[in-house]
This record gives sequence, structure tokens and C-alpha cells, in this order.
Amino acid sequence: MENLKKELKEKIIEALNLEDLTPEDIKDDELLFGEGLELDSIDALELIIILDKDYGIKLDDPKKGKKIFESIETMANYINENRSK
Amino acid sequence: MKSEITHYCQIKNGKVIFDENLLYEDKEVDFQKFIKNAYQFFELDYRKFYKMDPLCKLAVMNSSVLIANLTEKLDPKTALLLTNKSACVDIDLKHQKSITEGFARPADFVYTLPNISLGEISIKNKLRSENSFFIFETFNPEFLITYTQQLIQTKKANAVLAGWVEIAENDYNALLFLVEKKKGIALKKENLLNLI
Repeated sequence: MENLKKELKEKIIEALNLEDLTPEDIKDDELLFGEGLELDSIDALELIIILDKDYGIKLDDPKKGKKIFESIETMANYINENRSK
Repeated sequence: MKSEITHYCQIKNGKVIFDENLLYEDKEVDFQKFIKNAYQFFELDYRKFYKMDPLCKLAVMNSSVLIANLTEKLDPKTALLLTNKSACVDIDLKHQKSITEGFARPADFVYTLPNISLGEISIKNKLRSENSFFIFETFNPEFLITYTQQLIQTKKANAVLAGWVEIAENDYNALLFLVEKKKGIALKKENLLNLI
């Protein structure tokens, strides 16, 4: 699980061009949207692509996204339970 | 009173120049590395900058340096008038590549219009003024002069931040000049050709 969280942080930094951050800068429970990393709606689409491309998870209910993408912790838990890759 | 060029900023060949003064120089030939170094040097502190395509980075860097060095606050009714040759070709090609590889990247797609750079400058500087982006084969001083004068004469704007923001891979040249109803450099073709 710790490896998955680190991997996720690296993927997010690369996909969202957060060049000023390192994986160590992102806390597992830090909010990804709003006050935390300040991600926006375009970033949310990028996260959906990461789930699909890298973990084989298709998010068919957008309402679930809010909870899944709350933090690295919640993303990693969801991927762990639903991944097909 | 005549409208003249009161300030200008140029980013070209690893140099950032404001009103004849060399503010920053970097021998880095890779544009992305050069502009990141410049971002850190000028302490822009604007995280969104990293997400931008090369054209937006160049336009935002140039306008930010110019505006930061003004002695007076930028008039909120300052229009933006940008031109170039290659539109936003770098991000277009990147977007095309991602499509052929199976996953179109939304973060790339949102930058696949050159006028997005106008939006980025406007957002950063809280401008709600007139703005336009035109594509020409080469730098076109006659057009920039005529359009700038029209914007001011018709009272669409009190000032105009105009110029050329061209980038294709690591070949870049951005010249932005501020035209105001103040004494400065005459808004003439030969003066603009000297600056570019």
C-alpha cells in the first residue's frame, strides 16, 4: 500500500505538471482539491485517466469521484479494491 | 496626447530584457528548462505556470516581468494584442501524439488555442479588457500599430499591451510593449523593427 501511494504521487506530479513538488511534499491525507493541492476540474479529468490507463478502472459514476479523489489515501484504497491492472 | 511605447520586455536567446536593461541571462538552450529557471529567478510564485503550454509560459513570463517593473500600476483598461507565426504548435503536436497513443490529455487539450495565453495573462493580472490574438507569417508592425491606435482612439482601451510571442520548440522570441497616452518611444514601424 505504501508503494502504491508513492507511485500515485509520482504519477500525479508528472500528469498534472506539479514540477515544484516532490512525492514527499504530498501528505497521504492532504486534500487534493480545494485548500490542499488546489487541483482543478481539468486535473480531475487527468486523475480519471490515470485510473483508467494505469489501473484499468473506469469511473462510470462521476459522483463517486469526489470521495475517491479526496486524498492520496482514498485514491489508493479505491485502486487497491478495484484495480484490474 | 499621442500614444507611445512607454515600456517593453523581450525574451529571446536566453535573455530577458526590460527597457534596454538585461534582467536575466541563461545559457540553457532547452526552452522548458530556461523558462523554469527564469520563473524561479523572478520568483513568480504562480503554481499554475507549470501547467501551461510553452506559448502561455512565454507570454505570461514576458507580461509578468513587464508589469512587475512598471513604476505605476497597470491600468485595468489595458487591452491585450498578441501576434505570432506558429500559434500553439508545440501543444497541438503533443495533443495529437497523446490521441494516437490512445489517451487524449485534458491538461494538454485546454491549451490548444493560442488565445488561451491572453486568458492566462488576464487571469493573473485580473484584467477584463479587450484582447485579441492574430497569426501572421512574420512580425507585422503595421498591423500592431494600426490596431493599437484604434483600440485607444475608439476608447476601447486606455492602454495596450501588444506584441509578438512566437515559439516553436526551442526557437522563441517574445516582445511585448506597453502603449499608453504618455511620452515614450514613438509608435513607429522602424522602432518596432529595431526592438524585435
